[in-house]
Amino acid sequence: MTLITQPHFEAADDFYEALIDAHRDLPADQSHALNAKLVLLLANHVGDTQTLHEALAAARASTLKTNAATAA
Amino acid sequence: MPHGSAAAVDYQKTVFPYRRSPDQDTAGPARHPVVVVGAGPVGLALAIDLALQQVPVVLLDNDDRLSSGSRAICFAKRTLEIFDRLGCGEAMMAKGVSWNLGKVFFRDEQLYQFNLQPESGHERPAFINLQQYYVEGFLAERAAQLPLIDLRWKNAVTAIEQHADHAVLTVDTPDGPYRLSAAHVAACDGSKSALRRLLGQESHGRSFRDRFLIADVKMKADFPSERWFWFDPPFHPNQSVLLHKQPDDVWRIDFQLGWDADPEVEKRPENIVPRVRTMLAHTAMKDAEFELEWASVYTFACLRMDSFRHGRVLFAGDSAHGVSPFGARGANSGVQDAENLAWKLAAVFHGRAGDALLASYGPEREAAADENIRNSTRATDFITPKSEVSRLFRDATLELAKDHAFARTLVNSGRLSVPATLHGSALNTPDLDHFEGRLVPGAPCADAPIVVVDGRPAWLLRQLPSGSFSALLFDGPGTAATAAMLQDAAGDIAPLQVLRVVTLGAPGVPALPGVRDLVDAEGLLTQRFDGAPGTLVLLRPDQHVCARWRAPAAAAVKAALKRALALH
Repeated sequence: MTLITQPHFEAADDFYEALIDAHRDLPADQSHALNAKLVLLLANHVGDTQTLHEALAAARASTLKTNAATAA
Repeated sequence: MPHGSAAAVDYQKTVFPYRRSPDQDTAGPARHPVVVVGAGPVGLALAIDLALQQVPVVLLDNDDRLSSGSRAICFAKRTLEIFDRLGCGEAMMAKGVSWNLGKVFFRDEQLYQFNLQPESGHERPAFINLQQYYVEGFLAERAAQLPLIDLRWKNAVTAIEQHADHAVLTVDTPDGPYRLSAAHVAACDGSKSALRRLLGQESHGRSFRDRFLIADVKMKADFPSERWFWFDPPFHPNQSVLLHKQPDDVWRIDFQLGWDADPEVEKRPENIVPRVRTMLAHTAMKDAEFELEWASVYTFACLRMDSFRHGRVLFAGDSAHGVSPFGARGANSGVQDAENLAWKLAAVFHGRAGDALLASYGPEREAAADENIRNSTRATDFITPKSEVSRLFRDATLELAKDHAFARTLVNSGRLSVPATLHGSALNTPDLDHFEGRLVPGAPCADAPIVVVDGRPAWLLRQLPSGSFSALLFDGPGTAATAAMLQDAAGDIAPLQVLRVVTLGAPGVPALPGVRDLVDAEGLLTQRFDGAPGTLVLLRPDQHVCARWRAPAAAAVKAALKRALALH
């Protein structure tokens, strides 16, 4: 596993606030576009194929698990 | 702009006469070593290649005309190099429009441009654009010069029986049917392959729910020879458009129409002309007068047969695999199939190899087809996103690409045809020594400028003869002994041409018997092959690298030749 899932933020609360702030006043379609661009910018920054695949798998697994729990 | 072709032949109107063959009057089916079915670019290239390797070939075509409409128009560098070896590359180059540069636009802005041939020192450009009927016409003229080719127009295969060591074809002609026996049959009969159907085979893959309009328009326009691709242009919102220049003042315009478009309606000139006019109004060509030359509405799929060989029948080109047109990987990969198959059929015909060599055709070209399908599927998914989120990421990529270089690497308007490197082929001898560069075992030989012994400038690929292995021997201490060893090692295994690479200004090296010298005038040959003194690179007859050594030994060379011929 090369994807860091242990705490790694310099300032977690600051980042989270900034993330929500970046979406301020945007309609949903623009928020989606912003998120997509954010994913692409960060993915290029990471670069490493294995890390990216692990991140994709972790995000998908979490989503499917949440949906399964909701359906149950 | 005008192209200096001599007596212009109208290949679209040329009719090739049906002639009765003596085979139609024999008691039993006449026996032939190879029958090629389909005289398109792939079947013609294969037949010419076989004839150049002294294999008599019967070439059947169910029609008596060449390609109807311009169809495939982008012929890649590797294809041109193959045509050079076949003896008709110059005609293609003289008529074709050469190009290396592509530009990508998003809405009304240019996002970036790419050069498909960023380095110099290659005889051929990345691409030429040339209507398929010219390509077929030049190939047909070349085929007509070769007495070993028996080209039979209006000969349609209607049945096939497979036997252990041959197949019997039933062929329909204007004079009625006859039967023909072949040790091997090459099915180059296109995406609707009759042979594939007769053998109960299918191609499998993905169809795309989208329609495209091809409009070839004739107009005088002073515009660069470049590939222009628009995502979501103002003159055709939410869709894509591709513009290409062809010879004879013909321009190819591809309009994405979406799945709901009615092909019959879209094909009508009264609907095409306004589309073209709207487009031209947004470019420097806005006042150009044009006439519609050819139009077609098409859908496509990325698919292939599970196996390219069935008994005595070998499938090549569109009969074996199909791709979307973005990337020019259809006709180009088919011509590479033909080149792969030709030397193998020839080696078997001449008794230098057995069935195991032909068995390598499938895996090598199936892997190449997978690479082409992968590239063309990815381009299609980017160009025609099929879900909301796919479109979201596509548009996000395009918007980022204006300002951020990284996003341009994700923009995919077609990854244009490059020949497959046959990684992992059983015919390759894995490296034991360390080498730098791209010319790994399985890679197609790169071209390089050289000077031949009489001082004439020439190109490396032109020195590699059809049907023969070639050895590139980089001059160094002991080269004379290595050259003699090579000729002895090849012995009765296979023809081998030894080429010694000498550096410019090296003190006069004495000539070696049976060895041709190439002067590496610009040092590019040595650089591209990582050719330190004493290095040996072994090339197959189809110009793919199959082995290389820093200090070659006779036993290793013999073993590599045998491996490349699947003689284990």
